Amino acid sequence: MSFVYEKLMGGKQGMVGLIILSALILVVFPMFLDSFRLNLLGKYLTYAFAAVSLVLIWGYGGTLSLGQGIFFGLGGYAMAMFLKLEASSPENTAIQSTPGIPDFMDWNQITALPWFWEPFSSFSFTIIAILVVPTFFAFLIGSAMFKRRVGGVYFAIITQVISVILTVLIVGQQGFTGGINGITDLRTLNGWDITSDSAKNIFYYVNCVLLIGVIVLSRWVLTSKFGRLLLAIRDKEDRVRFSGYDVANFKIFIFCLAAMISAIGGAMFTLQVGFMSPSFVGIVPSIEMVIFAAVGGRMSLIGAVYGCLLINFGKTVFSESFPELWLFLMGGLFIAVVMFFPNGLAGLWQDYGHYVTDRFTAIKNKILNKSTPSNDSAKKTLPETELS
Amino acid sequence: MSDLESNRSLDQTATNTGNRHLIKRRSLLKTLCALPAGILLATHMSFAVADVNTTGLAVTDKDVTVGILHSLTGTMAISETGAQEAEKLAIKQINEMGGILGRQIKIIQEDGASDWPTFAEKSKKLLVQDKVAAVFGAWTSASRKAVLPVFEKENGLLYYPTFYEGLEQSKNVIYTGQEATQQILDGLNWVAKEKKAKTFYLIGSDYIWPRTSMKIARKHIENVLGGKVVGEEYKPLGNTQFGSVINKIRLKKPDVIYAAVVGGSNVAWFKQLKAAGINSKKQTLLTISVTEDEVLGIGGENLEGFYSIMKYFQSQDNPNNIAFVKAFKEMWGDDSVIGDVTQAAYLGPWLWKAAVEKAGSFDVDKVVAASEEGDIELTTAPEGYVKLHPNHHLWSKARVGKWNKDGQATVVYTSDLLEPDPFPAGYQ
Repeated sequence: MSFVYEKLMGGKQGMVGLIILSALILVVFPMFLDSFRLNLLGKYLTYAFAAVSLVLIWGYGGTLSLGQGIFFGLGGYAMAMFLKLEASSPENTAIQSTPGIPDFMDWNQITALPWFWEPFSSFSFTIIAILVVPTFFAFLIGSAMFKRRVGGVYFAIITQVISVILTVLIVGQQGFTGGINGITDLRTLNGWDITSDSAKNIFYYVNCVLLIGVIVLSRWVLTSKFGRLLLAIRDKEDRVRFSGYDVANFKIFIFCLAAMISAIGGAMFTLQVGFMSPSFVGIVPSIEMVIFAAVGGRMSLIGAVYGCLLINFGKTVFSESFPELWLFLMGGLFIAVVMFFPNGLAGLWQDYGHYVTDRFTAIKNKILNKSTPSNDSAKKTLPETELS
Repeated sequence: MSDLESNRSLDQTATNTGNRHLIKRRSLLKTLCALPAGILLATHMSFAVADVNTTGLAVTDKDVTVGILHSLTGTMAISETGAQEAEKLAIKQINEMGGILGRQIKIIQEDGASDWPTFAEKSKKLLVQDKVAAVFGAWTSASRKAVLPVFEKENGLLYYPTFYEGLEQSKNVIYTGQEATQQILDGLNWVAKEKKAKTFYLIGSDYIWPRTSMKIARKHIENVLGGKVVGEEYKPLGNTQFGSVINKIRLKKPDVIYAAVVGGSNVAWFKQLKAAGINSKKQTLLTISVTEDEVLGIGGENLEGFYSIMKYFQSQDNPNNIAFVKAFKEMWGDDSVIGDVTQAAYLGPWLWKAAVEKAGSFDVDKVVAASEEGDIELTTAPEGYVKLHPNHHLWSKARVGKWNKDGQATVVYTSDLLEPDPFPAGYQ
């Protein structure tokens, strides 16, 4: 019990945070939002996977990755390939010169399904590919970089370049990838209509549960010995190395984990939005993901989710109300967050969250009718290790 | 035509005559017979909300809401601005002459932000939350592909203004631009005849529209004109290095360069051609991707003497167009230019008005059914005359314009009215 409480939930303050988040996304939002807004929220929550992954690699790993879009995109494309193949049955594509292949291949004069598309007709293969391909790709990048002790700003630039390369590749090889249009017109998953409202609602809950699962998993990783080492590496890499640890392996691991988490977000994105395009792979989305994490607080797994929601909510509301001015308002929002909450939204929680946890304890005590004052534990924890 | 319908057409006649936007009907006699009823209808008393709107669209006794969905920010904003301005102008003019079925048109504008998923999100918002009766919008093929499933799922109605690659015909979309064959075939015939062209060099940006267009062009050149394609090249979107292509063109000496380079690349392409000494005195160049909007960026002097195939040029000299250009400049400023897509976007609200009035309803299914009868026509279109084909595309004419230094084109050739054929047999 105490293992679950301390390691997975992150102590009292962490657990209260997790409960509030779960209640919000699983109960409050579905209660008050209509199906369209809920679906929109579901889309934002897929970005939250990438933001959470950045907390791991950037906040704790100390290595800024400007390429989380790569993995988000790979996960999304893997899912899109499966759905596209299902949508391209010979009956649906009868008007093409070569029926049975995706429409964009047909207009690119490709007459047979490329070999790397073949396995994506299997759903189980696709699920495995969503998890394994981005992780393996991250392993390659990570090994190449970290083993050579490339880090810091160089790593950021290189990941950014890789995301550009991937975008160019996707846009350029349009016969195989759908090019700039992306992979569109995805309608069914194993015969189940994914465009219906009920399907979207189900995806929303699946998405929420996966997200909470990912947060709990990440927390477990961060509170383990590995997490401590990660912080140590971030703060004094050489000392850890001199103590006999292979620093590179730890960094590679956390980078791979972050990649896998982003990829899950990408796959969920494709399912909920119904298409995938190269605009999620490039520099802009990758940097946006960093902004989500920064606004939420880069040391906070839950904060990243709120950061993501706040930014995207702002984007939607501002652009709906002021279609010609909204970019300026977004800029104002970023400036305000940086000026007033330098630690992001999570900073607020760290400073004032204990009021909420105190209330929680008070209520709990009232219910259990006992009086153990335990509001000091939250204050005692160092901000470094606090996992709010 | 039923009596009711003829009444309605008279009703239109009554409201429209003053503004020249008259929808022609075949049975004038019948209409005249129904004159008293028509006058009654002209007061719009009989168009109760419950009758004209059975599917819960945003229609009240006084107004009807439509959406405009173009990019106001991002890389596409510069191209899409003209389209949304034209749509607003058309809506303003329709409102001034009494609206549609007695209702003023209200606009909800959304920003697609040059981002395809945003287009999908906003189109869903317009349809699901705002319940708009029609949407005028999208520009690139990618944005249309992104919103298409949304319109089909929510049974919305989209008026899409851009000339595009064809190979599509959705129940929920009316395409007011040319599909590929309308733009390409006649232009090629013209250049083959006029310039005795036998050899062609094809160059385009690398995405669906240029590729499909070139596929059609190649088949037409080889199979119909008996000419030869001596080179075919695609450059990535945004590419600014055309040196190697220009060298190849020099080597091959084609009779015609046939170009579909888009966006910012256009500027580099034409400037580098000029720098390499390839100008209209020595070389015929025919492009399908340059309108007045692009010329603003490229500069008329870099383009002088080259040809564009479009269906509309701002310089067209007919009363419709003169009035349109004047109204456009009054609303959006004297320095505005009007390209092909801008004009096509202007047609959207008018075609919708005609279809709604013909159907006597804002219901999407009824408006689409009315549109599919193939007799909706605009005699007041700035490009001259257009008619809606049952396949959701427009009958329109292709025009070849020769560019002048001042950024305007002189129309040197006008085709017959061309039938739209989004799935051209023999060209796929």
